[in-house]
Amino acid sequence: MSPDPERAPAQGRAPSRLRDGLRVLGIGIRREPKVFTIAVVGSALFGALTVADAWVLGYATENALVPSVRSGDVERAALLIACGLFMGVALLRAVGIVVRRLAAGIMQLRMEAHDRKAVTRQYLALPMSWHHRHPTGRLLSNANSDVEAAWTPIAPLPMAVGVLVMMIVAIGQMLLTDLVLALVGLAVFPAVIATNLVYQRYASPLQREAQRLRGRVAEVAHESFDGALVVKTLGREGEETARFAEQTSALRDALVRAGRVQAVFDPVMEQLPNLGVLFTLGVGAVRVQSGATDIASVVTVAYLLVMVGFPIRAIGWLLGSFPRSVVGHERVQSVLDAREDMGHGDDRLGDHPHGVAVEVDGLAYRYPDADPQAHPVLRDVTFAVEPGRTVALVGPTASGKSTLTTLLSRLVDPDAGEIRYDGIPLPAMARGAIAEQVAVVPQSAFLFEGTVRFNVALDAEHRLSDDEIWAALRAAQADGFVAALPRGLDSTLGERGTSLSGGQRQRLALARALVRRPRLLILDDATSAVDPEVEKRILAAIRSREGGATLIVVAYRLATIALADEVVHLDEGRVIDRGTHADLLARDAAYADLVTAYAEPSSAAATPGRQVAP
Amino acid sequence: MSGARAMPAAVGDVEGLTNHEDTPAREVLRRGVEISPQLTEGIRLTVAAAVVASIGRVVVPVVVQQTIDRGLGGADVGSGQVSVEPTFLVLLGLAAAVAIAVTGYASYLMTARLVGAVETGLAVLRDKAFRHVHDLPVLAQDNERRGALVSRVTGDVDQISRFLSFSGILAVVSVGQIVLATVVMLVYDWRLTLVVWLCFAPLFASLPRFQARLASAYTVVRRRMGTMLAQIAEPVVGAAVVRAHAIEAHTQERIDSAIDDYRSASISAQATTAVTFSLGGVAAGAANAGVIGVGVLLGVAGSITVGEVIAFAFLVNLFVGPVQMGTQVLTDAQNALASWRRVIGILDTPADVTDPAVDPARTDGATDLPSVPVDLAFEGVTYAYPGGPPVLRDIDLAIAAGTRVAVVGETGSGKSTLAKLLVRLMDPDEGAVRMGGTDLRDVPFASLRRRVVMVPQEGFLFDSSLAANLRYGATSASDEQLLEAIAQLDLDDWLATLPEGLQHPVGQRGEALSAGERQLVALIRAHLADPTLLVLDEATSAVDPRLEVRLGRALERVMTGRTSVTIAHRLSTAERADEVVVVDAGSIVQRGPHEVLVAEGGVYGRLHASWQAQQDA
Repeated sequence: MSPDPERAPAQGRAPSRLRDGLRVLGIGIRREPKVFTIAVVGSALFGALTVADAWVLGYATENALVPSVRSGDVERAALLIACGLFMGVALLRAVGIVVRRLAAGIMQLRMEAHDRKAVTRQYLALPMSWHHRHPTGRLLSNANSDVEAAWTPIAPLPMAVGVLVMMIVAIGQMLLTDLVLALVGLAVFPAVIATNLVYQRYASPLQREAQRLRGRVAEVAHESFDGALVVKTLGREGEETARFAEQTSALRDALVRAGRVQAVFDPVMEQLPNLGVLFTLGVGAVRVQSGATDIASVVTVAYLLVMVGFPIRAIGWLLGSFPRSVVGHERVQSVLDAREDMGHGDDRLGDHPHGVAVEVDGLAYRYPDADPQAHPVLRDVTFAVEPGRTVALVGPTASGKSTLTTLLSRLVDPDAGEIRYDGIPLPAMARGAIAEQVAVVPQSAFLFEGTVRFNVALDAEHRLSDDEIWAALRAAQADGFVAALPRGLDSTLGERGTSLSGGQRQRLALARALVRRPRLLILDDATSAVDPEVEKRILAAIRSREGGATLIVVAYRLATIALADEVVHLDEGRVIDRGTHADLLARDAAYADLVTAYAEPSSAAATPGRQVAP
Repeated sequence: MSGARAMPAAVGDVEGLTNHEDTPAREVLRRGVEISPQLTEGIRLTVAAAVVASIGRVVVPVVVQQTIDRGLGGADVGSGQVSVEPTFLVLLGLAAAVAIAVTGYASYLMTARLVGAVETGLAVLRDKAFRHVHDLPVLAQDNERRGALVSRVTGDVDQISRFLSFSGILAVVSVGQIVLATVVMLVYDWRLTLVVWLCFAPLFASLPRFQARLASAYTVVRRRMGTMLAQIAEPVVGAAVVRAHAIEAHTQERIDSAIDDYRSASISAQATTAVTFSLGGVAAGAANAGVIGVGVLLGVAGSITVGEVIAFAFLVNLFVGPVQMGTQVLTDAQNALASWRRVIGILDTPADVTDPAVDPARTDGATDLPSVPVDLAFEGVTYAYPGGPPVLRDIDLAIAAGTRVAVVGETGSGKSTLAKLLVRLMDPDEGAVRMGGTDLRDVPFASLRRRVVMVPQEGFLFDSSLAANLRYGATSASDEQLLEAIAQLDLDDWLATLPEGLQHPVGQRGEALSAGERQLVALIRAHLADPTLLVLDEATSAVDPRLEVRLGRALERVMTGRTSVTIAHRLSTAERADEVVVVDAGSIVQRGPHEVLVAEGGVYGRLHASWQAQQDA
């Protein structure tokens, strides 16, 4: 993991941060040399012309204003030149500004887009085991705010380069104009930059803290609104508001502290050039009297200080954005550097009409970060399913059933043992080959941003006909509510009037699996939020439609279990027994106990808990 | 995870909230200050400081003019003789230094006071809005729009803060700066002032038009950013599904195009910004040319001094900043107003159910529930979700104290709505729900939530330890009491499977536990709250049958002598209830003990037959 930006002391790391920051900029410049060059040219134009403006004022003072007033005659030629220069310089400078800003913007946005694409490519390529080790929130910020942070210095970079040009030209011009006055300028410019850096040293940690607290405020609000029903039914609104207020007042305090620092430094940075001007005027007056310089030179230097005083802060902005940039870049890079692969072969499952033959052989699995003392999620799990047969995985709450389905779809690999489809071990199959013939419907349905059509057809959106999609929806008992949506298959999920219930989401996920006509269908309690009546119809439809396919279902309900040719009874990660439902009922007491629990109350009707209303 | 999930402030309308879109800005400000009076506390001193701070901006041009015209004997410039007046220069320098120090301090005061007032006021706004969101009906009914509510207490308030403490002050100082510069110019020469204004006036006039273009460009940017963030989230949140269906390539295409769309929209918005930004400099160039041109003519005529003309060149620069930042300030102002409208919209939406303890119209009739179970009654209750057809029609139902009642019916029959009305998540449109004869609308929330607890189907847990989640309904319970409650529900062996026991972290939304386990936690939590009426809405749908039956028995024991209402689609619960209530298409069609209803047939007979068929399968 990269160092935590909150804790890394900025002071201690300052020198390396500068080098690291320049290194990140170097990457950007090497990636977009043309745009960068254009931005710098625009910026240099802007810088040079800003200085030129002061020179034009000096020229106008010396050649047009003072002589005309002195002689009482308008110095026509000089005046026209001065006016033309003012206009020309202003126009060219505007061009410089547009070029610089636009090119810097394009460069920054290209860098961001490039990194976002690269990061999401990694997210898609890295195995699930990698995803399990990295919290969702972290991965989302890697692709968003970290990428943005990494390239923030790109925006002020050309400006800073231009300002550097401006400073050099300005100092050069001051030196040419008057050596002593130039010393004043030499003192003021570095002072502005230094003050800016000191400001950022104080302000950056406060701003980071505020940003962190903004995140906390959002997290508390998210969680509290998500759990609104619990909050409401247990009457916890007051406590929740107190919990939220704790974060908002911490945020307020951080922002107020940051505001105070800004309040101190803003006037200082603004007035430094002004003090320089006062000094220039004082020293200038003495030197004008002694004849060492003239009024025009004093005006030029004073005007330069005013003009250059503000943009010069860009150098401070650039340096100040380095720490955030370096941390962002490191975090992005840690994703890009991840090299993990489950390993794939070249084998593929054939496109046969019959189902997949499944062999599960001695599987063992333990969560990577689990307590080594705790028993593994799965141990020595062995069973086989012949093509076209249906197997029910039955076991109590938290017995390892869902984990087994993730191994069956090779989202993760087992610690020991092997799964074979049609005799081929899963790791020997090509990337994506399993999904061609095997479909899994998980317990909680994930829906994509997009239309119903897309959510069912996915990448086959243009290959599948409406009829095929409707047929799958019908089999999943989802045709009714989809037809009732405002725009049918083309309704966008999540928009007004299209929020779906849990059961409806499950049925869409089911249709998504069915439309692919898999040779092996794995249902992980995929109809838990559906009414028993509807569930029955779904299962009947699957049976008649996917006649040839092999079916593995995780189930509690007898109706589902009844469809199975064979039942695998799991408990604490082990296979307790296998056989037909009838066999297991007869010989496996724990199994009978589990699945027939509902049938008992009739015998327990006389238990003491039962009371008749008074 | 900081800003990653923060939505663009403009995301999402939420149906059912008060819409302030057409409320005039002045009214929005008035309401805003009414909600957060801290915003205007001590505002006079802050404004005074702002005025003084603006004066700081014209110090330098005036000093330049004075130095040239008087310190350097500018009056004699015409003769080519330069005579310096040292005393005057020293005095001028001292005065200027004092002026800079004073205005600098005023600037400090202004910023510090302003940020303090703004952030204090906005923290209050956040808290008030957050509290009110919990009283809104949308939360209970609309899962998809919760993100939009979150963005109202986060992004929207940030937007207001950004404007009030940055752009707002910039606008005030800019206007002050322009006014003061103009005043000083007028003191020097009205004709040159006119020249300067002629150069800048068209720009000022066209700022709103540029701003409108910028606003629409950035609306596109924000929308595309929303799409991009959603697309980027897919390979992370939907990692398993993407792999299971091997749609990596297609997903990447969607992400890439969202990223490209965002980039191109941003570039075109930045082009507009860049052009607008550069215009101030062009106007300044024209103004300088005009000032020198006209200044020379006036100077020759003897009606203006050299120092005054040069002072104009310095003063012209004071116009550039405001023009450059003008569109930005206008855009921020518009966004801040829109955000403020949205946040106020939350606070102005009346709560769907009001607490008689705080509602002045009902405090007189407020009656606490007794600490013993009381009978329940639905009297002519009709209810429809906003904009929908009635889901319950004219329900009459009496439930005796201490009974166990099961409510059954098909999906969409209205049985869950019955449960929600019972715990007063909403009020009936017609009729009344009474407990012990008291209309629920007259029971203070504190008393109602203490006596009546519902366990919903989704056992939502907070990202904390198991113990902290259990204490949610009984803040002061000791660890022993927690263990006792778990034992009473016959769940010790489940607790034993958690390596860290009571301290076991449940993860975000409780996702470190399985769906069934989350339901167990919700049940224990409700039991700890020790209610006299327990309402279970499909509360054990995800646990295995054996455990469910065992839990059912344990609940029977702990609820002895109390009232319970269970909504269930597994009829095993109904079989063991004292009484079964059958809901069909919004009406109660049957009620009575299980055996009687089975014999009766009807809807229950059909449900039971289908249940039996499943059990016997």
